[in-house]
Amino acid sequence: MFLTYLRRELRRRARQASIIALGLALGIGLVITVTALSSGVKNAQGEVLHSLYGQDTDITVTKAPTAGSFGPGSFGFGGAFGTSKRPAAGTKINVDTLRGGGLGTMTNANLATVAKLKNVAAAAGGLTLTDTKITGTIPAINFGNGTSGPGGGGSGNGGSFRGSLSPTPFSVDGVDLASSASGLGPLSLGKLTAGRTLTASDNAANVALVDSNYAKSGKIAVGDAITVAKTSFKVVGIVTVPASASSYNVYIPLTRAQTLSGLKNEVNTIYVAADSASNITTVSKSISTAVPHVTVQNSANLASQLTGSVASASSLANNLGKWLAIAVLAAAFLLASLLTMSAVSRRVREFGTLKALGWNSRRVVGQVVGEAIAIGVVGGVIGVGLGFLGSALVGHFTPPLSASLGSATGSATPGGARFFGGGGGLPGGGGPGGGAAPNRFSALSQAADHTTLVHLSAPVTASAIVAAVVLAIAGGLIAGGFGGWRAARLRPAAALARVE
Amino acid sequence: MYKLTEVKKDYYKGNRVIAALRGVDLDIADGEWLAIQGPTGHGKSTLLQMLGGLDRPTSGSIEFGDRAGANLARLRESQVTKVRAESIGFIFQTFNLVPTLTAQENVETALVPLRIPALARQERATNALAAVGLANRARHLPSELSGGQQQRVAIARALVKEPKVLLADEPTGNLDEDTRDDIIGLLERLWREQELTLVLVTHDSSIARRAQRLGVMQNGRLSIKLDTRTRETRAEPIANG
Repeated sequence: MFLTYLRRELRRRARQASIIALGLALGIGLVITVTALSSGVKNAQGEVLHSLYGQDTDITVTKAPTAGSFGPGSFGFGGAFGTSKRPAAGTKINVDTLRGGGLGTMTNANLATVAKLKNVAAAAGGLTLTDTKITGTIPAINFGNGTSGPGGGGSGNGGSFRGSLSPTPFSVDGVDLASSASGLGPLSLGKLTAGRTLTASDNAANVALVDSNYAKSGKIAVGDAITVAKTSFKVVGIVTVPASASSYNVYIPLTRAQTLSGLKNEVNTIYVAADSASNITTVSKSISTAVPHVTVQNSANLASQLTGSVASASSLANNLGKWLAIAVLAAAFLLASLLTMSAVSRRVREFGTLKALGWNSRRVVGQVVGEAIAIGVVGGVIGVGLGFLGSALVGHFTPPLSASLGSATGSATPGGARFFGGGGGLPGGGGPGGGAAPNRFSALSQAADHTTLVHLSAPVTASAIVAAVVLAIAGGLIAGGFGGWRAARLRPAAALARVE
Repeated sequence: MYKLTEVKKDYYKGNRVIAALRGVDLDIADGEWLAIQGPTGHGKSTLLQMLGGLDRPTSGSIEFGDRAGANLARLRESQVTKVRAESIGFIFQTFNLVPTLTAQENVETALVPLRIPALARQERATNALAAVGLANRARHLPSELSGGQQQRVAIARALVKEPKVLLADEPTGNLDEDTRDDIIGLLERLWREQELTLVLVTHDSSIARRAQRLGVMQNGRLSIKLDTRTRETRAEPIANG
């Protein structure tokens, strides 16, 4: 009887039931689409992270530089001449230093600590460095109208100085060659185009991989020798790293990079793979606790630093989409409740009669709630369909999204401010300042400004469907609750006395 | 069957108090047919609602059945609902059938609260419809039936649970004269066959005179105008179809 009555009643007010169901369907479809979009954006953010730091990298750990560890004085001339004073004009200089960039360092012990943490599948160290060669003759410097001062503030008008000294910086990545580190770090994304890659047996050897672009511009081939920190390295391979990834000009074994940069047993980036995606946040927290004062980056908090259309899509999904879905759903619930109450109002005599026949309030309310839930379920089913359709349309019509994680972020993150102050921090005089960075630093700037293109898919997850079912039933319960409450309050005599 | 003592019912309309029943005393015997007449708005339907447990009196008691302490004025709502479900059948002027259910299903609605299994429910509903001459209209919706047929369905619905009491509020008020006679004849036959207690509210004197007793409601007070109490003294039953 319950189902027969329910079915007949819904058929009788098919138009009203359809409006309620479609309203709920629209709300639920939007919720599913927005959830799928959010999920897609999250995947895209994860893809950005992987494309920057290695296919298996879930988390990167860096450390902000300590005060005074980097800056104009750190390059200086002291290392070459044993004095911090400017050499006399006419002095020939030939400097080749390998220094860390704008990142602080962590020890191998820190790396071991991270590797042993629960839910960590693998961890690898990395040492990102800059090799800077300066050759030339110290000129008689007339500062002219150049603004002197340490780094950054220079107006770039030190023409005569710049013309005599030729800084030729290139980026160097010390690569962890331990077998457990495979799949981690930027080099794991590289494709070998010539020669061979670095292996664990190269750990102490002066061998290098060279980025294909750098090799092309420098006319470097496999078998050639390149100089890193005045040490000759044999080029064993040429590698192409995707434009989106953190690419370096030269890759050398980590231990060699540590030795040559004077950072023995130190790394400035730790790449971590969690044992499952669901543990990334937990592992991130564990790392922060185990190794204090470090910056832990994962796909979730990377999102806040992303710019480009991925960030726009994220903003769209999280702000406009979320609130639109909530608003439509709330409106649908309200509409369903009002229409259900209105339907109950039109049936007071009917319910009064049933109560007179001995139906108790619970049975009458159950009938009203049952009808509302049935409408909600139909709305939910249509809503799931609309959700799939919406998700498919998002996937089909959304162009590839760009994600940039650039130096503009200003944070001490790999690929971010790793090179911060790079322009201004080199020659300490009033030379090439940050405001007028010369072209020769463009390689560094480029490395610091990664743009990744990702395809946004909006996958409908099982949890989204479960949420839709819950929402549908909730919508039915809310609407039926209001209607049932009204029906339960009817006294049979009053209901029968009502003239329709 | 009933013993009403000083039953009063007040309705409140803003600050105004409307006394619908002003102290009704009434005994109704088992198997009796009581007709109640009176002008509109003088408390006939209110009295019927009190008898059916559809509303509670403001004061007074309504003892029902042979159960000691079964005072409809004091029973909990769930207990009154149970009494209605098991023992009281209603017939309304406007039939009050559920428009989306067939004649058969409408009759079955009266058996739903009794938790009777579906098959038995269907069988009893079929028999009840046959008893009112509508066996061939079981699958029709109310909108597909005439007024007289709808009232027959309503009578079948009221009687399918085999109640002790049948309360009828203007059962022929919406029917033409022929159909009226038809329905009253049916009610009279069923009253006699099933030994029902029948309380019938009507404006129609020709119907009222057929009852064993006739009460008149005037300004919320009931006075008995006619009391035959023996079926032999009543008019001959109207032939029904």
